[in-house]
Formats: sequence, structure tokens, C-alpha cells
Amino acid sequence: MTAAALQAIEVDYPGRGRALGPFSLALQPGEIVALVGPSGCGKSTALRLLAGLEAPTRGQVQRAAGRGETAVVFQAPTLMPWASALDNVALPLALEGVDRAQARRRAQAALSSVGLSAAHGAKPAQLSGGMAMRAALARALVTAPKLLLLDEPFAALDEITRRGLAADIHRLWAQQKPAIVFVTHNVEEAVYMASRVLVMTPGPGRLQAEMTVDATLPRPEGFRTSALFREMVERTSAALAQAMAA
Amino acid sequence: MKRALGALVPVLFVALLLAAWEIAVRALNVPAYLLPAPSAVAEALADNAGLLAASAWTTLSMALAALVLASLTALAIALAISLNPLAERSVRPVAVALQVTPIVAIAPLVNIWAGLDHPERAVIGLAAVVAFFPIFSGAITGLKSADPDLERLFDLYSARRVQRLLRLRLPSAVPFLLEGHKVAAGLAVIGAVVAEFVSGSGGAKGLAWRLLEAANRLQTAKMFAALLILGLMGVAAHALFQALEEAVLKRWRGR
Repeated sequence: MTAAALQAIEVDYPGRGRALGPFSLALQPGEIVALVGPSGCGKSTALRLLAGLEAPTRGQVQRAAGRGETAVVFQAPTLMPWASALDNVALPLALEGVDRAQARRRAQAALSSVGLSAAHGAKPAQLSGGMAMRAALARALVTAPKLLLLDEPFAALDEITRRGLAADIHRLWAQQKPAIVFVTHNVEEAVYMASRVLVMTPGPGRLQAEMTVDATLPRPEGFRTSALFREMVERTSAALAQAMAA
Repeated sequence: MKRALGALVPVLFVALLLAAWEIAVRALNVPAYLLPAPSAVAEALADNAGLLAASAWTTLSMALAALVLASLTALAIALAISLNPLAERSVRPVAVALQVTPIVAIAPLVNIWAGLDHPERAVIGLAAVVAFFPIFSGAITGLKSADPDLERLFDLYSARRVQRLLRLRLPSAVPFLLEGHKVAAGLAVIGAVVAEFVSGSGGAKGLAWRLLEAANRLQTAKMFAALLILGLMGVAAHALFQALEEAVLKRWRGR
């Protein structure tokens, strides 16, 4: 059984030609997959296909179609600036028609799970970049999705905040075990986070290399200094260099 | 100290200007019907204070009624359009045509429709036409200004059209709506005065009526007094909406 899959996908944009494909990806339930590649390799397109926000030109997308079964965290926190952190996190439930009291209770629990229980009344402008990103993560997890899609969630964060968030994602993954696809430029982040790393070529996006990171999830911070980590980072970087040259 | 000086300088400048005006008028013996001295304007203002205040209120209340009318119509049409994308292409040319047509040109028509016994209705209608466009334009732009990623999020959770409108597009439009109303408030006052010039205001005599009356009698000082009140009214309306905008935006953004 797969959690979601892209089968022989091709995406053409009028006037810009082929953006992605042919490309295939099958996700096992509870697996964390990182898509690594240079800008314009179609990794964000692949994510939008999995989210059902875009349709492929050719090929099949297979995904859990139920409301709230797929969640996305974008590059920016993408919170509603006029709403409190709690109301932002409760949004997916409100759109599903969950009653207000229950939605608020579940949203509060999701906020607590990312360490933001005290910030429930704060507006996004009052949150730091890292806090806003964690609120976005809480919003994604509030429906207990089977598939979680992360589009460069660390891009705008500093190193320390980034590591904290990566550890948070692992911890939360351990509770709900959603399948995660996560797009990044950062090789070390990909290796630390993922059980499988896919390196993609630019224009059009295709698979250059696929690597399994053979260490149990969630991983301790110490994994970043292990021999396996260093070896995987080197192999991924080498594959990325080849992809850029191709 | 610097701040106090910053507030004092414009006051001093105006005082200097008034003093120069007073001295020049007296020294050159300028006739009062041509250019009255500031002291004569102040005198006219004091003599006619009650009359001018009542007229100012008449003009202001017509402008406010026009603003409310424009706001309700513009919002209703903008909302209808936002639920039906095809409608915008049909309505926008009409709205633009209305905006670029000089108000004085359509005044006689509106006078006929309002009925010659009800010139105040014509004034309100005409001022509303002038105030309509900035609110309509702000609403249309604002309703489309939502963060595209938030729009995608609403797609992802299969939000219904009404949910998207109430939870995303309307709140996103708030800053644009405030800006539109601020501009429209000033325009409504201007529109009311211009409309009054061309339509008259019947039993209720607004500031424009006082201006015409004073002009016909060569009471130039009284004209200046009426203009002064008109200017103050515009400034006050603008300041009020500016303060309202800041207060609401502060709440909206949370800082």
C-alpha cells in the first residue's frame, strides 16, 4: 500500500516547456522523503501535484483525497495576519465544519505540541519567524493528515531555529506517523530529516539519484556528527553536483 | 524640544502669512470686496457663526449620507462580482464611465430624477457617484489581494465559496477598504459642494449656497469665512478617517 504516488508524471507549462518529468515517486505510509535539487528542478511542482493543487499534463497522481488528509507547509508561514495563532491553527477544522469549541480545543492542543501554548492569542506579526513557522506546522498537523508536504520550510530561518524545527518535525512525526515529502536546497537538512533522499536534475526535473538513509527515525541531534551522516551528505552532494552539470 | 519646534514652525508660518496679508491690504487700501483683510474675515466669521455652522452641518450631513450610500452600493456590487468573476468584466467599464463623467454634466439629469422639489436628494446622489469609485476600486483590489499561498490552502481544504469570501477575501480587503473610504470621505464633501452649486439644496441651505449668496452680494469676507469652514471640514473628515484607519489597522495586524 502506498500513501501517495506520482506515476510517469509530466508537467508542461505553456511557453516555458517541460518543467517536470517523466518522474515517478511512490510514498510508503510513514516514510519521510526529501526532494533535493537546484532551483527550477520542479520539486515544488511535484509537491503541488501531490497536494492536488495542480494537475499533471500527463501521468497519474494517486493521493488520499479526503479533507484534511493532506496538509502543506509553505516556504513562508502563510498565516492570516488578522487572526490569532489559535484561529490560524483552527482554520482547517473550521473549514471542515468542526464545531467551534471542539476546533479551538484541538487547535490549542496542536499549538501546545509545537511549544506555542502561551502564544495562542498572539497575532502573526507578534510571533518570531521560527514561532510563526511552528504555528504553520501546528495548523498542518491539526487534522492529523496522512500526508504532510513541506515546501522548503526552513528557507527563511536561521541555523539554530532551523535545527529546533527539524527536531520538532521528527518528534511530531513520531506521534502521528504521517508520510512526509519535503523539498529543500539544503543537503544536510535532507539527510538529517529523511529516510530517503531523491536528488533531482533541473529543466526538466527528473530523478538523478536516490539514496536511503539507513538510521532509525526520529534521530538524535548527535546523528549530525556520525560517520553515516557525513558519508550520506558527501554522496548526496556529489549526486547534486552531477545533476547540476547534466 | 525638536518636536515642539516642529509643531510650532507651521503655526508661525501661517501667522506670518496672515500678518503680511493684513498689512498689505491696509497699506495698499485694497477694497474689501476684492480682498478682505484677515481681521475682516474673522469678523464675518463671528457675525455669521450660527448661520455658517448650520450650513456646514447641512453640507456635512449630505456628504455623510452620500458616503454611506456609496459605501453600501460599492461593497454590494464588489461582493457580487467577487463571487462571479465574469461579472467584473461587465461592470468595470460602466463604473469607469461613471467615474470619468464630470459630475456637473450629469447633475441636470439627476435633478430631474430626484424631483425638483428634492434637490437635497440630487446632492446626495451626485456626491455618492463621486465617492463610489474609490470604495469600489479598493474593494475589488482588496478582495483579490489575499496571499496566493493562503488561497491554495483554502483550495487544499476544499473551502466553499462563502467560507473563502468571509474567512479570507473580506479580511484581506480590510486595509484597501479603509484606504478607499478615507479617499471617498474627502471626495464626498467636495462632491456635495459641487452638486449643491449645480442643484441647489432647497430648504436646507448648505455651505455652497452660502458661498453663492455671499458672492452675489459681493460679501467677500463672508465668502472667505465659508471657504475657511469648508477647508476645516475637509481636513477634519480626513483626520477622522486617518485615525480610524490607523486604529483598525492596528487591531487587524495586532501591532
